[in-house]
This record gives sequence, structure tokens and C-alpha cells, in this order.
Amino acid sequence: MVADGLFDGALGVLLLTLATAVLHARQLYTSVVLLIAFGLLLALTWARLGAPDLALAEAAIGAGLTGALLLSALARCGEAPPGPSRAPPLRVLPATLLALLVGIVLLRALWPLAEGPVLLPALALGQLPAAGVDHPVTAVLLNYRAWDTLLELVVLMLALLGVRQLHSAKQVIPPPWPLLLAWTRMLAPLALLVGGYVLWRGAFAPGGAFQAGALLAAGAVILRLNHLLPPVRWDNGLVRLLVVLGLGVFLAVGVVGLVGPGLGFGPVGTAWLAYPPALAGPLILTIEAAATLSIATTLTLLVVGEPEELRA
Amino acid sequence: MTLFYLCIGGGLFVLGLHSLLLRPHWLRAIMAINIMGSGVFMVMVALARRGDTTDPVLHALVVTGLVIAVSATAFALRLASGLLERTKKPEGGA
Amino acid sequence: MSDWLHALSWPLLLGGAFFFVAGTVGLLRFPDVYARLHAVTKADTLGLGLVVLGLCLRADAWQPVLMMLLIWVLVMASGATACQLLARYAREDEQEAGADQPPGTRERRPPV
Repeated sequence: MVADGLFDGALGVLLLTLATAVLHARQLYTSVVLLIAFGLLLALTWARLGAPDLALAEAAIGAGLTGALLLSALARCGEAPPGPSRAPPLRVLPATLLALLVGIVLLRALWPLAEGPVLLPALALGQLPAAGVDHPVTAVLLNYRAWDTLLELVVLMLALLGVRQLHSAKQVIPPPWPLLLAWTRMLAPLALLVGGYVLWRGAFAPGGAFQAGALLAAGAVILRLNHLLPPVRWDNGLVRLLVVLGLGVFLAVGVVGLVGPGLGFGPVGTAWLAYPPALAGPLILTIEAAATLSIATTLTLLVVGEPEELRA
Repeated sequence: MTLFYLCIGGGLFVLGLHSLLLRPHWLRAIMAINIMGSGVFMVMVALARRGDTTDPVLHALVVTGLVIAVSATAFALRLASGLLERTKKPEGGA
Repeated sequence: MSDWLHALSWPLLLGGAFFFVAGTVGLLRFPDVYARLHAVTKADTLGLGLVVLGLCLRADAWQPVLMMLLIWVLVMASGATACQLLARYAREDEQEAGADQPPGTRERRPPV
């Protein structure tokens, strides 16, 4: 009991200290590296709070891919000149007061929530046998709240479209060092294997499409950064197909569920994105597989996509 | 334990807000917003931990939120660095 | 038997923790980037190995043991690779900045 409290206390203090260090470091490079460390510490916190799917997702997406994005943005634009980037000292006191006020309001709002009534877990777990998968979080993501996951794939695609609209300088990727090449050659099949395993495992244990997609994207990014993968270009037909595959399969399942009974399809659901209990498992696995490929391709394009073809 | 992590999540949010008000550089602003987002996620995951069973709905919402946060970060970074490049080259970009 | 193994895992876990602390002290106190990399990589890898061994003694099936040993091998390999890459980057940085000074004595940037 005491050891638990000590561990939680140490973790909390570390999180707040690391966040302060990220936000107030003098050099931008220091801030970015500390943010990657903060992401890993956050993954540990999710594991502590009993959320292993979140820990996997945070380590892959929050620490890995966000770190890669920030480092490449920093490399493209360079360190900020010192001095003018600090706010005028007159602003410090009002800002601190405002932050404290917001903190007090938040604390007063959050305090009574700690003992609130908890009704959802019973409902969610009660319907689990009919959901088609054994893991509650996957059931929520792909069955109870499938509409949210579909819209999330749309948001990913919108971010990709937005990024592609903007002309940006070409990424200069220097020739790789021999050790890095060898290490990447060892890591790439491992990323593929672990990604596939995490995807398959999502049906009955922590895992799922997002974590697997992020792992595959990380593998693709490290391959691209070592020139082991050709430039990932949007005008490549395969790339486009992979990006829309997840959304397409999801929409197809939803539409078939809607119009199926009218067209005489026997064992399909009765409404938009309603799966029949008998087919729910295979349908979810299909959607997850397509979504994994889609998420992996989109994330890779967001991090190392080449806007080359936009320059005529 | 829920209460403790609720407070830590609130603390992260306030830290991010404070930095957002004081440091105007675009990369620091994006990192501050990321930390505020992490604070919100921590509040949600702490709330999922009430009672004996963990709440899968909140965990699923946070997974969704994480992916959306990374796509928003990518878009914001590209917007800001694209703006920086345009203002550096007054004769116009390509 | 399992009580005895459980008791045996304690010195291993504590030894692992000690090596992690030693590596961190080295990270904070050593004068230049190469010595710091050396301290952190070696001490952390050894610390992780001891922690993994201690946890293996506490496991109740062979699958977690195998997985933990594989994780240790992977972390060791990636730690060594990262160490070499960082050291090479620091060396090339120094060579660009001041080619005539001995390594490790150039004025350092603030530590990362």
C-alpha cells in the first residue's frame, strides 16, 4: 500500500517536472527530446492506470511519431533566435494568475468526480458476448462506437489532405550511416511481425488497429529515412489505395448493414454499422486489417511524405 | 488513486496553458497544446479507474483522441513551417 | 521453491536499481558527451539485465521469461546502436567546429 502510494507520488512528481522542463527549456532541441521522454513516461502512467492499449498507442504514436514530426519540423526551420522568444516580463504575473485561477476552477470541478456513479462498465461488459471480440476496448472501438472510429479515419485523411495542400521545402535526408542501415534492416521485419501480432491480438487482449498501424508506420518511416524505401508519393496508385482502403471497407460494411435486409442479404445487421452477432467477429477483423493498412500509410505520409510532385 | 491522477492531469493542463500564454514561438505552442491534451487524457483515464472494473469506453475515447492529436500536430506543424518559409522568401514561394 | 526464488530475486532487483542510479549519476556528472554516453549505456543495460533476471525468477510460466529475455536483447542492441550513432554525431560535430582541438575538450553546448 505504501509502496503503491510512493510509486504514484514519484510518477506524478516526475510527470510535472518533465512537463515543466519541456515547456521552459532554453533550446528547442532540448524541449523536443524531453517531450519524447515525457511521452514514454506517459506510456508508463497509462500502464500504471490499467490501460495497456493506451500504453502501446502512446509509446508508438505519442512518443515515436510525434517526436519524429517535431524533430523534422525543427530541422526544417532551425533553432529560434534567443531573446525575442521570451514574453515581456510584464506578462508573467497576469499569465501565472490566470493559470492558477484555471487550475482552481478545474480542481473544484474534478474533485467531486472522483467518487461519481459508474454505470458504463457494467453495460459495456454485459454486451460483450454479442460483440464479436473478447477484449472490451476493441469491442467499444469497433462495435459499440464504430461510428466514432469511422469518423476518426476521416479525420486522419483530412489531416493528410491538409498537409498535402501546403507547399513545403523538400526534406533533405542525408545518406545513412552503415550501422543505422544494418540496424534498420534488422528492425523492419520485426516491426512488421510485431505490428501484425498486435493487430491479431486486439480481438482478445490489448492491441488493435491503431497500435498496429502506428508500429507499421514507424517501421516505414525508419526505412524511408535510410533510403531503403522509395519516396512515398501520393501519385503512386498503391499508396492512394491503401489510404482509402480502411475508410472504404468501413463504409461498405456500414452500407451493407443498412440496405442488406432490403436487398435480400440474409445474415446482416438491421441498421447503419450494426453487425449481426454471428458475423461480428470476422467483420471486425476485416475492418481492423484494412484500417491498419490505412492508418500506417497515412501516418507515414504525414511524417515522410514527399510533396515533390506538387512542384511541377 | 483516481483523485491523485485527476490532480496531475489538471496540473499538466495548467502548465501547458501557462506556457501557451507566455512563450509565443510556434513550436513551443504546439508542444504546450500537446501537453494540455495529455493532461485531458490523464483526467479521462483516471476517471476510467473508478470502481472495481476499468471503463473501456473512456479508454477507447482516449485512443481515438491520441490518434487525432497526432494528426492535428502534423497539420499544425506543416502549417506553421510553411508560413515561416513563405515569410522568409518575400519574392514568393514555388 | 518459489519462495526461495522470490527471495533470491530481491538482490537482483535492487542491484538493477543501483546500476540505474549509477548510470544517471554518471549522466549528470561526467564532463563530456562521450563519457556520459558510456556511463548511461553500460550501466543502464546492465541494470536492465539484472531487473529482467529478477523478474524472471518471479515469473510463473516460461513464456513471460522468454519474452523478457528477448526484450532485454532488443533494448541492449538498440541502446548500443543509439550510443554509437550519438557518439558519431558528436564527433562529426566537433570535427566541423574545431578540427584542431583534441576530442572532448571543445566547449560544449548545454547538455541535452
